[in-house]
Formats: sequence, structure tokens, C-alpha cells
Amino acid sequence: MLELALKGSKRYYGWMGFLLAMVGVGFLIYLKQLDFGLGITGMSRDVSWGFYIAQFTFLVGVAAGGVMVVLPYYLHDYKAYGRITILGEFLAIAALVMCLTFIIVDLGQPRRIFNVWLYPTLHSVLFWDTIVLNGYLFLNIIVGWNVLEAERNGVHYPAWVKPFIYLSIPWAISIHTVTAYLYAGLPGRGFWMTAIMAPRFLASAFAAGPALLILLCLIIRRTTSFDPGREQIQTLAKTVAYAIVLNVFFFLCEIFTVFYSQIPEHMDHITYLFVGLHGHGTYVPWMWTAMGLMIIGIILLVNPATRKNEGVLAVACIAVFAGTWIDKGLGMISGGFVPNPLHEVNEYIPTLPELFISLSIWCLGFFVLTGLFKIAVSVKEEVRE
Amino acid sequence: MERSRRDILKLFGISALALSTGPVLDAFAAEEAEHGAAAEPYVKMGDKALKAQQWAMVVDTRKFKSEEDFTPLIDACHKIHNVPSLPIKRQEIKWIWTAPYHNAFPMSPMKFVNEKLEHTPLLVLCNHCENPPCVRACPTNATFKNPDNGIVMMDFHRCIGCRFCMAACPFGARSFNFRDPRPFINPAEQNKQFPTRTKGVVEKCSFCAERLAVGQLPACVEASDGKLVFGDLYDPESKVRELIKTNYTIRRKQALGTEPSVYYIV
Repeated sequence: MLELALKGSKRYYGWMGFLLAMVGVGFLIYLKQLDFGLGITGMSRDVSWGFYIAQFTFLVGVAAGGVMVVLPYYLHDYKAYGRITILGEFLAIAALVMCLTFIIVDLGQPRRIFNVWLYPTLHSVLFWDTIVLNGYLFLNIIVGWNVLEAERNGVHYPAWVKPFIYLSIPWAISIHTVTAYLYAGLPGRGFWMTAIMAPRFLASAFAAGPALLILLCLIIRRTTSFDPGREQIQTLAKTVAYAIVLNVFFFLCEIFTVFYSQIPEHMDHITYLFVGLHGHGTYVPWMWTAMGLMIIGIILLVNPATRKNEGVLAVACIAVFAGTWIDKGLGMISGGFVPNPLHEVNEYIPTLPELFISLSIWCLGFFVLTGLFKIAVSVKEEVRE
Repeated sequence: MERSRRDILKLFGISALALSTGPVLDAFAAEEAEHGAAAEPYVKMGDKALKAQQWAMVVDTRKFKSEEDFTPLIDACHKIHNVPSLPIKRQEIKWIWTAPYHNAFPMSPMKFVNEKLEHTPLLVLCNHCENPPCVRACPTNATFKNPDNGIVMMDFHRCIGCRFCMAACPFGARSFNFRDPRPFINPAEQNKQFPTRTKGVVEKCSFCAERLAVGQLPACVEASDGKLVFGDLYDPESKVRELIKTNYTIRRKQALGTEPSVYYIV
């Protein structure tokens, strides 16, 4: 089926060429980082994880979000999703490619990456994270590819694929749970040390992933002759609505516990993010923007009149995606490191090289995503002819 | 086709086996000959090595009067361990440094404290916790607790630079080499007995494991003129236990359960 990704319109080649060029430029900047070290980033002794790990965390969520179409279709036999399940699985693959690339560019000694498997360390959450992420990547490749190929050949997918499909559902939950555990088990970091971290991660994942999927469906409908379907988009929209409401609810639970108990180590980080601490408040406008976007998303998605209008729905999905991105891809990581363990405020501002490397990894993800979606859509068009 | 692929795989397998296990097997064979039975891996100690179940330090804050009392200790450590002086402060490397009382003890510090504590900084360093969260977090065992003496060690050659240990440490004791540190070490002062580091790895205080192994006390303790006391936490007769018995001591962030091995007399 790979050949389907190789032939396309001029516009398709142009878009893929643009993405590849961006990846190329990013790779050159990465070579500079490899040579100089992570000193070209805005990270510091105090904020030792920055933009890369934040993007990684957000994208694990996008990858896990794919399960929101897989689960209803395979577990509850919700037939309408048969049209778009493959899109969810392929979105997960692209997101995971980005996740793994973000991990690699964040390492100080990337050449030693296989030490993680040469010296398996069972008490390290990071070890388990590599297992669940790579496992989920392979599950989606196996399931997505075989089911799509069967559809193309007009047959039922082979029986041996079924166990992998069922396994992929709890596995999707596991990737974001384990990723949350990276943070939620560290004794000195009050901002992250909360049991609601994993549920909150999952809620924002199930909002951001399907929101992106809706936007992609709308783009596919406009640019190809394959229509993912109105019912499918509307059902996905309800998933996004519930998930974003839960995400904000979990956040408010956190706010209650932290500010009613008034334990300084837990309050200071949220204070820093939302009102500033000791005169430092770079993230304040961002965090309020994130909150505003999520609230707008809730209003537009919960209200049936606005949700059913696909133009408004697109705006709502952009709001949800952008809001959760700021919340997780920007605030979640720096917020946990500021103030530092000695209660000093040293802010993190990403540098241009760091931002461009991140942008080019997103381009790499969209390169993979476009290629995979091209295959999926071509098969769908072929089958219906 | 199938056969030739298997042959190639076999060849790879055998070469890998030869490369990876040869020296190890030799070492184990030697051990067995020496001890007569299957040997456990262990860290070799010199004849003069100082030994302890858990090394610990007591910082007598009463004896530190001003910044000048700290500088020789910090310099001694940083010089002997080839710690670079980096131009960018936010990416600096430090193994031992000073912090005001409210920063060294940020978890519920006393609102009103005596003048001395209010105005004199405190010495801070890796606590060599008995239950270290950094060791728990490390995905490669590049940072580990030496079972022989309780020191939290760093293997600079295994570290992949993921910095999970830095997120896990509640004391900010760890530094990362954001760039090649070697140009920032004065060649005239470089200690050839101790390795310099490469970019992209984490480092921190090692309680001078390399000095203890040859019978010397840590460099900061030696330079402290009695302000720092070093000894075995589990030897009731040790000097640290003596001081802990006879003085009121506190430890940093004790509530977190990491069991720091650095005690402060205040």
C-alpha cells in the first residue's frame, strides 16, 4: 500500500516537500545542538526539562486520543466509526513518531540511548515509558496496516489481529498513565505530586486528540473525495465536549485541594503560573489564555446548536487543541520547576533554535501523518469506486 | 535464503557474545579462583580505604561566621573535581555551595529565627540520601547507591543525559553539562587524578568516594578546619554520631522521607 503515498497531486507533493524542507532545516540546527550541547536551549540547572519534554508529554496525549475511535468501534461495535478508525490509528502513529523524536533530541548523550535497554532498570518510570510508547507504536502499525489492507482487498482482517486490537485499548490508557507517573511520583515537586495527574492527562488527551481528528476530518472532506461523515464528526465532538469538561473539572479539583489546604509547596507553582511569583510572571497571560480557550471550547461544544454547526465546531476544536497545548505543552513542565527546590524563581524561556527544532519535529509528524492519511484515503476512495 | 540469514545471525550472535562476555567471564573466573566460590560483584577497596556502612556529614553551622569561611571548602571541592567555571549562571555546575536558611530549608522554615541563622548562609550539597529518589528515577542505573558505603554515585560514562534525576532530586543537588566543560577548567589547576566530564551528562557531589578509597577524608571536610565532621552513621562510636547525640540537629526536607545523610547543627 505504500505506493499510494508516493503518487499524488502537485499540491500533495508541494506540501510534503515543504514539510521535508522544514525537517531538513531543523535537522541542521539539531546537528548544531549535538555539537554544542543542550546549552543552545533555554533550559537550566533549575528548569532542567523544557519545550522538548513538554511537547513530548502533550503528544503522548494526542497519541492516546486515538483510542476514542478505536474503543467505540471494536468494543461497542459502533459501526459509523468503521470509516475513521484507521485515521485515529494513523494519527497515533504520527504522534508517537514525534514523541520518540522529542525524547531523542532532549537527551544529552543520544548515542547512549540504548543504555535504557542494555541496563533495564525496573524501578525507573522512564524505562517503562519507553516500553509502553514503543509497544503502542507497534500495536498501531500492526492493527492499522492489516485492517486497512483487508479493507482494500475486500476481505475481513485476519483473526490474529483481533487480540492486538483489544490489547491496544488498555495500552492507549497506559501510555498516558505512565507518562503522568514520570512526574507524579517525584517527592520534591509539589506541582506534579498529585494523584489526579494521570486522570487529568487522560482527560486533556481525550479532548486534544479527537479535536485534532475532527479538524483533520474536515480537511480531508475539503481536499479529497472521501467524506469521513457527519455523524462520525458529531460523535467525536461529543467525546471532545465531555473530555474537555472533565479536564477543567480535574483542574478545579486540584485548585481546591491546593488552595484550601494552603500548603506552600503546592500553592507556589500554581501562583507562579497564574498570577506570578516574586515579580516573575512570564506565563501568566499564556495560562489565562489557555483557560479562556478551554472555557470557549466547553461553551461551543456542550451547546448542541453550536456543536452541530461544523464551522463553529472547527473553531471550538481549535480552541480546545490550543488551550490544552498551552496548558500541557507550556505550563505543565515549567510550572513544576518554578520555583526550584530551594524556592528560588528562575524562569524558563525557550530559545529560537529550541523552538525551531520543535517546530521541525512537528513537521516530521505531519509528514508521516500526511503520508499515512494519503494511503488511508486512497484506499477508501478505491474501495468505494 | 532462510539458511544464509540464520548463518549471518548466528555469526553476529557469536561475535556479540565474544565481545561482551569475554572480559566479564575472565574477571569472574579470577574471582572464583580467589574466593573459591561464585563471587558477587563488588567495588574493590584499597588497603587504606576508609569504610562505613553509610557515610554521613555533620555541618556545624555555629562555626561558620561569614562568606570567607565557606570559600576555601567550596574551592577545595570544585578544584579537586575539575568543576568548570561557566560564564552562564543558569547553566552553571556546582557540587557544594551556600544558600540562605530560607532557601536551604524552604519547607516550613521558621518565621522568626535567630539573627545568626537569618544572616549567615548555610552550606548545601548532595545529601546522599538513604532512600534516594534520583536513584529510583534513573533509567540506566547511571546513578546508584553504593551498597558498601551508602554513597550516591554517578557513572559519567553510562549517563544518557535524560535529566530525570534532576527532576527527582528535592535538593537541587545535581548539575547538567549543558556544554563541553573542559574549556572552562583552568589547565594549570586541573586535577589529573580525577576525570573531567563530557557534555550532556549529569554530575554532583560524590562525598569524595575517590579520596575515601585511598584513606583520605572528603576535600571539603579536610579544608573545613573542624566545621564539617564526617563519619559512619551506623557506628555508634563515630564522630558524627557523637555530635548528633550531643547536639540538636536538623536535616533538609526531612518530611519527604528521603533520609538525608547530611545533618546540620543550628
